[in-house]
Amino acid sequence: MTAAFLVASAFLASAVEFVEALTIVLAAGLTRGWRSSLTGLAAATVVLAAIVAALGPTLKLIPIDALRLVVGALLLAFGLQWLRKAILRASGYKALHDEDEIFAREAEEARAAGSEVRAGLDWYGFTLAFKGVLLEGLEVAFIVITFGSTQGSIGLAAIGAGAALVLVAVVGVLVHAPLSRVPENTMKFAVGVMLTTFGIFWSTEGAGAHWPGDDASLPGVLGFVILLSFGAVTLLRRRRAMVLA
Amino acid sequence: MRFLRFWWDFVVGDDWRAAAGVVIALGATAAIVAAGVNAWWLMPIGVAAVLFSSLRRAAAG
Repeated sequence: MTAAFLVASAFLASAVEFVEALTIVLAAGLTRGWRSSLTGLAAATVVLAAIVAALGPTLKLIPIDALRLVVGALLLAFGLQWLRKAILRASGYKALHDEDEIFAREAEEARAAGSEVRAGLDWYGFTLAFKGVLLEGLEVAFIVITFGSTQGSIGLAAIGAGAALVLVAVVGVLVHAPLSRVPENTMKFAVGVMLTTFGIFWSTEGAGAHWPGDDASLPGVLGFVILLSFGAVTLLRRRRAMVLA
Repeated sequence: MRFLRFWWDFVVGDDWRAAAGVVIALGATAAIVAAGVNAWWLMPIGVAAVLFSSLRRAAAG
């Protein structure tokens, strides 16, 4: 149950980030040339793999309770950011994430940028793709490392992330356009719920408390976070309707 | 400096009070556990309070 939840969480979170990275790589590739864009993508992938390879084994040396406390707290702070933004989007207080709009803006900026060739590459296209993939990928690396290390299986989390990478890459190559039909806002909401759930669960254990039923209480925590989130959306929608009326 | 700024934005984001609330709730949980009470229920309550107060600030601002 926990393993399935772990893989599903890593998959969903990674898919959202890879969709965003794909938009940036496409914008760089279509406007500045595929060679520099794909080289930037490959370079960022190597850096990310090095980060996961270096940090993963290091974290295994830390006692599990200390690890769960620190990682749980980090994950909770990080997850609450996602959940907060998702709730504000769902209730109309924040604009919905729109890949078409982001693609158009990135492409326009890339077209307007000057041309500079370094190491035989269009430097703007390379750095745009490199930074975009690295920044989006860091969130994936963070999730894979934290989920995997606290649950004792970085491999399982990496399987979820890898499956998301393959799926987004295949669909991206086939569609050759931003994946605007992906229900990204709903996925971000789900990821915020999952990050917050795992954050509550692990940080509580790291602080020395024990959940009734141990791992069996995880679905209960998930249900609590879902109820909390939908309750917040309902309250904020009512508040917004009253303000607008 | 930019490196620290990046990690601050990455983990804490635009509401530092929410992150501080998480740390306070965790500290309180650890303290109650040290006093001999299995305070598993405190983090869910703390997170609910942190989330609602953060949303309230965002909606008001």
